[in-house]
Amino acid sequence: MQPEWMAPWLWTLILAVVKTIVVIAFVSLNAAVLIWLERKVSGHMQNRVGPLRVGGPAGILQSVADIIKLLAKEDFVPQRGDRWIWWLAPSVAFAPAFLVFWVLPFGPHLVVEDFNVGLIFITAVTSFTLLSIFMAGWGSNDKYSLIGAMRAGAQLFSYEIPMAMALVAVALATGTLNLTAIVEKQRHMWLIVPQILAFLVFYISSVAELNRTPFDLAEAESELVAGYHTEYSGIRWSMFFFAEYTNLLTSSALAAILFLGGWHGPWLPGWAWLLIKTYLLVFVGMWIRWTLPRVRIDQLMDLGWKFLLPVSLVNIAATGLYLVVVR
Amino acid sequence: MPLYVDLVVFLLAGFTFPLVNVLLSKLVRRDYPDPLKEVSYESGIVPIGDARVRYHIHYYIFALVFLVFDVEGLFLFPWAVVFKQLNPAVAFGEAVVFIAMLVVGLVYAWKKKVLTWI
Repeated sequence: MQPEWMAPWLWTLILAVVKTIVVIAFVSLNAAVLIWLERKVSGHMQNRVGPLRVGGPAGILQSVADIIKLLAKEDFVPQRGDRWIWWLAPSVAFAPAFLVFWVLPFGPHLVVEDFNVGLIFITAVTSFTLLSIFMAGWGSNDKYSLIGAMRAGAQLFSYEIPMAMALVAVALATGTLNLTAIVEKQRHMWLIVPQILAFLVFYISSVAELNRTPFDLAEAESELVAGYHTEYSGIRWSMFFFAEYTNLLTSSALAAILFLGGWHGPWLPGWAWLLIKTYLLVFVGMWIRWTLPRVRIDQLMDLGWKFLLPVSLVNIAATGLYLVVVR
Repeated sequence: MPLYVDLVVFLLAGFTFPLVNVLLSKLVRRDYPDPLKEVSYESGIVPIGDARVRYHIHYYIFALVFLVFDVEGLFLFPWAVVFKQLNPAVAFGEAVVFIAMLVVGLVYAWKKKVLTWI
């Protein structure tokens, strides 16, 4: 593959850039599809038809119209805010969502880096989303934004521990933190069967991590105008949503990899199975969003500390006991 | 020693992609600046005071308990990975003791009614 005259470092760099471009194209396409899908799903759940008149089958060109509109919108910069922090927040929101693709496998060899501690890498990187919310809230110098950012902090304290404990149970059951190896362990039985509790805890926590209803307390448009992104408009605002849709995709893909057998499935190629499972979970996420009302922040903290955390600890103990007895 | 070139390129791309989009939008859009548009939003009135007042963080007790359990998770991951290579009964017993000590703390905080939104 590598031409004779080319230095090895240059070749590595070119490969890295090509991988980046492929992932950016995939992420952009995914965001465009999800914009349309979310509007369509919400429409049908509310007994409407959703976007229809823009063009294409079932109004699929709505996404193109949305993107053009967002690009052409005027950009307001709040003068009282902390300009640099405000300016960097969309980047800090997008970078962690994007970095997850570094370790996310789409097939046995279809992965950028087969990282040995991929599971820890993903939990570590996705936590940075909170930093971007806090930067946006603080940098705006707006009361609604600041309240939204403070709530996002409370939310992180509620979901992060149960999520980590659910992943400990996964690591215990499979004995590895490498995502490819975890999928290979599920060749005969999906992990959701023995680890149904871990799956439920992980899924509820990941909805909270994504800041989507019923846990969208940081935005809460009926209480806080738009929460942490009140002061963002046009393309900068859309970058937060780009990051959110990318996070929705990656967390659904992670749930499919950890619990639903990843790329294992009959007839179709592996990546197709993984995409089917991922988008099924994305649809479930939208279903939850348009069905359940928003919880209060103290209810969320009670849910995290007094229900999900004990459940996940019991699950770890049960998994360990099972391993002791079976051996 | 791997250099992780991909990681660095991914990180740079993740940071610059939103900024590139903002620049791209600058070519398309037309701004009509106005001092009134740049006032921070407060439901239509002129903002009263600064947003950065002394803010009561209602959840600082949770934050303290969170730190303890976050570190616990850090210790449990390596334990979970090597579990099958250890003597299972001993490894399990040790982890149960370790978790139980933290659970006692959690139950104590719960009974003391500090795990509430104050």
